[in-house]
Amino acid sequence: MKVEAKLLLGLGLFFGLMCAVYWNWSLENAGGVMMFAGMLLGFLPGAYFYWWSRRMPVRPEDDPYATQAQGAGVVGSFPGTSIWPFVLGMGAFFVVLALVFGIWFLVPGLALVTWAALGGTAEGRRGGHV
Amino acid sequence: MTDVLQPPITIAGDDQPQGHDEHHGPTGILKWMTTTDHKIIGLSYTVTSVLMLVIGGLFAEIIRFQLTAPNNSLVSLAQYNELFTMHGSVMIYLFAGPFAFGGLANIIVPIQIGAPDMAFPRLNALSYWLYLTGAITMLAGFFTAGGAANFGWVAYAPLSNSINTPGTGADLWIGGLLLTGFSAIFTGVNLTATIFYLRAPGMTMFRMPIFTWNMLVTGILILLAFPVLTAGLVMLYCDRHFGTHIFSVSGGGVPVLWQHIFWFWGHPEVYILALPFFGMATEIIPVFSRKPVFGYKGMVFATLSIAALSLGVWAHHMFTTGVVLLPFFSIMSLLIAVPTGIKIFNWIGTMWRGQIWFSTAMLMAIGFVVTFLIGGLTGIYLASPPLDFFTHDTYFVVAHFHSVVMALVLGGMGGLYYWGPKITGYLLNERLGKIQFWFLFLGTQVFTFPQYLLGLRGMPRRVPIYPHDPEWKMLNEWSTVGAVMIGISTIVFVVNVGVSWKKHPAGDNPWDGHTLEWFTTSPPPHHNFYRLPQIRSERPTWDYHHPEHRSLGHGTHADEMHSLVGDGFEGHTS
Repeated sequence: MKVEAKLLLGLGLFFGLMCAVYWNWSLENAGGVMMFAGMLLGFLPGAYFYWWSRRMPVRPEDDPYATQAQGAGVVGSFPGTSIWPFVLGMGAFFVVLALVFGIWFLVPGLALVTWAALGGTAEGRRGGHV
Repeated sequence: MTDVLQPPITIAGDDQPQGHDEHHGPTGILKWMTTTDHKIIGLSYTVTSVLMLVIGGLFAEIIRFQLTAPNNSLVSLAQYNELFTMHGSVMIYLFAGPFAFGGLANIIVPIQIGAPDMAFPRLNALSYWLYLTGAITMLAGFFTAGGAANFGWVAYAPLSNSINTPGTGADLWIGGLLLTGFSAIFTGVNLTATIFYLRAPGMTMFRMPIFTWNMLVTGILILLAFPVLTAGLVMLYCDRHFGTHIFSVSGGGVPVLWQHIFWFWGHPEVYILALPFFGMATEIIPVFSRKPVFGYKGMVFATLSIAALSLGVWAHHMFTTGVVLLPFFSIMSLLIAVPTGIKIFNWIGTMWRGQIWFSTAMLMAIGFVVTFLIGGLTGIYLASPPLDFFTHDTYFVVAHFHSVVMALVLGGMGGLYYWGPKITGYLLNERLGKIQFWFLFLGTQVFTFPQYLLGLRGMPRRVPIYPHDPEWKMLNEWSTVGAVMIGISTIVFVVNVGVSWKKHPAGDNPWDGHTLEWFTTSPPPHHNFYRLPQIRSERPTWDYHHPEHRSLGHGTHADEMHSLVGDGFEGHTS
């Protein structure tokens, strides 16, 4: 966890320095704002990882002498087959087509998105065949 | 150190029959539509993106044939605009990125770190559907009355507004890019979360294979860059249809703002494209040199520095606009040469005194290093504003980035020859592979070198016709010859896939590989591993198969393990 935190905080720090130099030197706002946001992208998750790295025991994947047995147990819950990503993707497709061909494409688009949202939620964390 | 020799632990459980995944669940097209398995999604990505490579390549061949003669009329001027726009768009948005981070990375990264799947399998499936529909949307422009988008793959304002580019082709381009942009963002989330949270015990960050490291940094760069592009596209759409004036002077907007937004995505995107292929080369070269990678930590820090610096270089595409801070962007762009140079040094250092096996994958990786070096060196010229003023928007720039991206194609083909046996379970034909390599490698050089010379002679990019000049004609003809050679290499690849289809079973570890993907079966089972070895270095599979030549433990000096420095004696290899 510590390496992940340092990595992101380091990137955030570098982006922050570059942002300060660039913004003060060029006085150009678009790039300055985007670099500031880039700095936040380093600092926000980096701070989260740092906060956790000080509070949780060393994970097996961070322990250079860990044995495979230490990783035994449930790694996470992985869903099996599921149709809902496909339905959601088709919904997004129709929504985008509405941008081009006319507002009526939103009807099937939003219907599919809603259907996928309901179906995916009902499916729960371990849907389909695992 | 003794625990390296322990037998691998079975993690699937003895009571579970091996290969149980095929028993239930949908089959056929329904299996493809409902899968959340990262290997099948990754394979779908790979096949789709190679199809995009073929489509974009066909556009390129038409462009090159049009340019063979000065006043050629193979295509109309309007068609030519559509062709070069869609060639760039298909290759950048639909081939190079998705092939790397959606295709090979999706399959290989979880296996390399010992994970059962990506962190968010359903999000992964959604990524693919957004990518596929985005590709369909973008290419559908060819079937509309006004034709496909024709404002160049960069869509500069004010050319891209509704007055200068009316029609549905441009809107389809924006829509397709919105979809593929979100697909990339979701893949970036997935890669980052997988690498941070699903590593096997003992797989510390500094034991991850370099490919995985590069994909982690790529994932972070995607999260940094792609939302900016999506925001820019929404603004562009509002300008075109809702009467806003964000990029038009008439309403108080700033056209050059589009260039800032586009290139703030666009330059990190260059590294999003390049880093995965750097990673592939870094996996291939050590395995076929029979040595650990030279300068592992140097490679990691070089990757991180490239990513960090890539945020501060976007305006080197905008030197000639006259409104950007030249010294800042010039210094930043030149600085990127340092970590890139470290990488090239380390690739050569890995091959140095190794026992090189010139397989197709290795040839492709060496071709990648050479071609990328050419593209990188000409990039250093372009980072200098005075030289850039001279060559901006000429064929010199075209040749520079085609050297770079053709290097990526070489690296990607190397990746397919290297990991293809792991993914399908069958080896590709080496003889055809070597024919493909020489056509691709030599074709790339024959294709780009005349373009460098054309650029220095002042030929602008994106022109369908040019003045009668024997020298320009000759150079353009040579470039077309190179393009045809590249086309032949692609045909050889397709033939090779057909010829080798289910011919020569690869076995689990055909190359005597270093990393975890070579420990499992080919193709890997559902959730990837029945058992895992102890992980005590960045090459656990090698350590398991070659305990007498295992990698250094903590606190061991290289002198104590002579075989690691690659002394070149036969007796020290497997």
